[in-house]
Amino acid sequence: MTDATATPKLIGARVRRVEDARLLTGEGRYVADVRPPGCLDAAFVRSPHAHARIVAIDVSAARALPGVVAVVTGEDMAAMAKPVRAASKMAGYRVTSFPPLALGKVRYVGEAVAVVVADTRYAAEDAAELVRVEYEALPAVPTAESAASPGSPRLHEEADGNVLVAREFARGDVDAALEAADVVVRRRFRFRRHTAVCMETRGCLAEYSRVTGFLSLRSSTQCPGLVRDVLADLLDLPEHKIRVIASDVGGGYGAKASLYPEEISVAAVARDLGRAVRWIGDRREDLLATSQAWDEIIDAELGLRRDGTIVGLRADVLADVGAYSIYPWTAGIEPVQTISFLPGPYRVPEYRGRARGVATCKAPMGPYRGVGRPPAVFAIERLMDQAARELDLDPTALRECNFIRGDDFPYKSPSGIVWDRSSFTETLGRAREALGYERARQEQARARAEGRWVGIGFASYVELTGIGSAIPVSPGMPVATGTEAATIRVDPSGTVTAVFGIASHGQGLETSLAQVVGENLGVPLDSVQVVHGDTALSPYGTGTYASRSAVLAGGAAILAARAVRDKTLAIAAHLLEAAPQDLVMSEGRVAVRGLPERGVSLRDVAKAAYSGVRRLPKGMEPGLEATRFYDPYYGTASSATHAVMLEVDRGTFDVRLLRYVVVEDCGRMINPLIVDGQVHGGVAQGIGAALLEEIVYDEGGQLLTGTLMDYLVPTASEIPHMEVHHLETPSPTALGGFRGMGEGGTIGAPAAIANAVTDALVPLSVEIDELPITPERIYRLVKQAGAVDITGGP
Amino acid sequence: MSEPVTVRFKVNGTAREGRCEPRKLLVDFLREDLGLTGTHAGCEHGICGACTVIVNGEAARSCLMLAVQADGAEITTVEGLATDGKLHPLQEAFREHHGLQCGFCTPGMLMTALDFLRVNPDPTEAEIREAVSAVLCRCTGYQGIVRAVEAAATGWAAPNWPRSP
Repeated sequence: MTDATATPKLIGARVRRVEDARLLTGEGRYVADVRPPGCLDAAFVRSPHAHARIVAIDVSAARALPGVVAVVTGEDMAAMAKPVRAASKMAGYRVTSFPPLALGKVRYVGEAVAVVVADTRYAAEDAAELVRVEYEALPAVPTAESAASPGSPRLHEEADGNVLVAREFARGDVDAALEAADVVVRRRFRFRRHTAVCMETRGCLAEYSRVTGFLSLRSSTQCPGLVRDVLADLLDLPEHKIRVIASDVGGGYGAKASLYPEEISVAAVARDLGRAVRWIGDRREDLLATSQAWDEIIDAELGLRRDGTIVGLRADVLADVGAYSIYPWTAGIEPVQTISFLPGPYRVPEYRGRARGVATCKAPMGPYRGVGRPPAVFAIERLMDQAARELDLDPTALRECNFIRGDDFPYKSPSGIVWDRSSFTETLGRAREALGYERARQEQARARAEGRWVGIGFASYVELTGIGSAIPVSPGMPVATGTEAATIRVDPSGTVTAVFGIASHGQGLETSLAQVVGENLGVPLDSVQVVHGDTALSPYGTGTYASRSAVLAGGAAILAARAVRDKTLAIAAHLLEAAPQDLVMSEGRVAVRGLPERGVSLRDVAKAAYSGVRRLPKGMEPGLEATRFYDPYYGTASSATHAVMLEVDRGTFDVRLLRYVVVEDCGRMINPLIVDGQVHGGVAQGIGAALLEEIVYDEGGQLLTGTLMDYLVPTASEIPHMEVHHLETPSPTALGGFRGMGEGGTIGAPAAIANAVTDALVPLSVEIDELPITPERIYRLVKQAGAVDITGGP
Repeated sequence: MSEPVTVRFKVNGTAREGRCEPRKLLVDFLREDLGLTGTHAGCEHGICGACTVIVNGEAARSCLMLAVQADGAEITTVEGLATDGKLHPLQEAFREHHGLQCGFCTPGMLMTALDFLRVNPDPTEAEIREAVSAVLCRCTGYQGIVRAVEAAATGWAAPNWPRSP
C-alpha cells in the first residue's frame, strides 16, 4: 500500500511556511497579547541576596496601594501549592525541593519571594517595590569548586551536601589503556555559563472558574502536556480540569521546556482569587530567573597509539547546576548528558566519565540547545586537534581514522547509546571539499607569512534525537518521554485537521507536519491545518524538546495518516465498486489506477463516512479520523561536521569569521527551507556561545549580566554567511527516515571555533580551553605567550 | 502615580486617542490601550529592537518613548504594512526567504528594514547586516533576514513598490 498515494510530493519540498502570514502581520498570539476582561497583572518580588534567611515580610504598604488585589508570600503559597520535587531513579541523585515562592530562605539572586497582583502591571510593579523583606544574609556559595569543597555552606538542608548528582559511565579498563597509550593528551576545559535569551520573555496567564473548578493556563512553554500533568499534582486538581495552551511562543531553545515557579504561582493565585491573573516577565527577570546552561569544568584525557588510533578516554565533569534541581529534567540533565556524549562519533574502546552536579547560588541550570553536548564536543574535539598536532597528523585525518563507520553500525557507545547508520566520515569529507581544505591551508600559510593570525578548525559530532521509550530524555526521570501522538481527521468537506500534542515555538512544525500529513494522504498542503499546543484539543503528549518533534510527531502523523488512508480506500472502493488495492490517492481524489475519471473526491468519501452506516461497507464504523501513538524506541543519530576559517585581529583580539561551513545529515528532510533555518539559528547561538555570551556572577553571587548590554547576544554583524550542505541518509530506525535536527548547529560551533582560534595562534602555542573566547581572554593568553603586539599588527 | 493625560496620534493612517498615565511607555500604550499587539516588547531597555515602530517617518524604539511623547505624531506599526490582506513586498520577501522563525522580533525587524531601505534603497550585504543589527533575532542566524532585505531592495525601485506603507 506504500504507493497508494502519488502526487503531490510534499516531503522534501522547500515550501514557504504556513505560520508566516500571521507572524508577519502582527496577528501572532503570544501570551502577552491575550488579556481577558477583568484580568489582573502579577509582579514578583525577587531576592537581592544570593543566600539569606527570610526573617520577616511586611506586605502592608504594598497591600494599601490603590489597585492592589493581593500580595502572596512563600508561606501563603505553601498552603496553595506543593513545592516542586524533580524526582529521578538515578543512583547518586539527591532530590530537593523547589518552592514556587521562597520558603524560609533564598538561594539565588532573583528567586521569587512574593507575588503582587493588581489591576495593572504598572500598579503591581509599584507595589512589589513596597514589599519589605527582612533578610539575614548567609554566606554565598558562588562557584561549583567552592560548593563541592568540604567546608562549603550547604544550600539545601535536606541534602547532605551540595553535590546533588554524581554519576559514572565506564567501559573496560581505561586506566590501563591510558597507561599503555603511546600518547596521552590531557586538558582542563571550562565552558562558561550561558542562557537562551528567547526574544519573547517567559509569561503566563491563568484563568480559574470557581463554578466549574476549571483552570486554564496560557503559557510561553514548549511543553503544555508536561505542565498540565505536573500542575495537577502540585495544585491538587484533576488533570481533566486543567487546560494548558501554548499558542505562539517566541522562541524556546530548551529554556521553556521546564516547569517554572511563576507558572505555579500564577495558577495558584488565580485559583485562590477566582480571577484571571497574568504575569509577563521582563528581560531582567529573564536573565535572573530563566534557566541557565552548560556551565562545566571538564578534565579530560585521551590516549592514542602512534598511528592515531584512540585507545581510551577518561573524563571528570563538574557542573554548576545552580540553586535548584529543575523539573522534570533534574540537576542531572547537563552533567550526565555531557559524560554520555563525550566519546563523540569515535570508536572509544575504553572509557570512564564521571560527573558531578553541584548546587550554587545561581539561577537553576536547565536544558538549552545541545544540552551537555556543546561542552562535551568542545572537550573531545579540542583533544582530537591537540592529539593530531602531537602525532603530527592532519586533524581531519585523525578524525577519519577514528570514526565509527561501515560495519561498526549499529554501534553501542561506552555510555550505552546505540548509534544507527550515520555519515560521520561522509560529513567530514564533504566539509573538507566545501571549504576547499587544501586551498584554505595555502591561504592560511600566506596569511601567516604576513604575520596574520588565521586559523582553520573542524568539529564533528553526533547527537541522539527523537528519543523513544528505551531511555528517558533525562536520566532516571519518572516522566515518560518516549511517545507522541497525532489525531488526523478528514473534515466533511475533504480538508484535513491534524492535531498534535507537541508545541511549535518557532520551528515551523505547522508547516513540516502538514507536509507529512499531506503527502501521506495525497492532499495539497493548503488542505491541511495543523493544531498543536493545547492540551484540551490534542491527544496526549508532553511537548517539544530534545530534537524530537519531527521524529515523534512526524512518525505519529505517518501512522495516523496510514490508518485514515486505509479507511478512505476501503470506503472509496465500496463507493466505486472496486478493490482497494487498485486505487490511488492523489490531489484530494481516490481513483482506479490508470482510470482517473473513475474516481471519487476525498470530500465524497468523507461525506459517506459521516452519513452513517448506510453508505459504508458492511460493519465499518462511521467517521474518518484516526489517532495513533508512535514510539521510536531507541531514537536516531544525527551528525554533522562544522568547518570554520577565521582571523584573530592582532590589534583588538577580536575574532572575525571568514568562512563557515556546515555539512549535516538529518536523514530525510521534510522541508529544506526549515532545516537550513534551524542550522543557521543553531550555529548563530553556537557562535554566541563561543565568542560573546557569558552569564557572570560575582563572588557574592550577584548577577553582573542583568541586561542585554552585558549579556551579549550576537547581531547580524557578528554572524557570517553560513554555507550549509546536506547528506540525506534516511534513519534506518525512525518512521519516515527522519532524524531530529533542531539543536545540532549549537553543538558544533563552539568546538569548531575554539579549534580554529587555537590553530590561528599555533605560532604562539596558545590553546583555547575556555569559552567564550572573548577578546580579553585572547589578549591574556597572547600576553602570557609573550606576544602582545600593541602596535596593532601588520 | 500622576493623573491620566490624553494622548492623540495617528496610527497606520487612523486617528486614535486614549488616556494614560504620563509614565506609560509607547509600546504599552499601543499594545494595551489601542490593542495593537503586533508590536512586541522584548527587553524594555532599548537593546533588542523588537518594539521598533515608525514615528514621523523614522524608526524608533517604542520602549524608549513615552506615549505622551508621541502626541500628535504619525506612527506606523506592523499592522499597517499589509493592505486588504495582501502582504507588503517586504513581508513577502521575509516569507520567501525564511526571514523569520518564532516571529517575535519580526515586527521590529520589518520596521527597521523598512526605514533602512527608505534611506538606503541599494545597500550592500554589509550595510544590511549593520542596519538589521539594530534588532536581535535569536532564531534565524540572520541569514534569511539578510537575504530577504536584499531581495526587497532589488525590487525597491520598481514602480509598484510602496515606498512607505
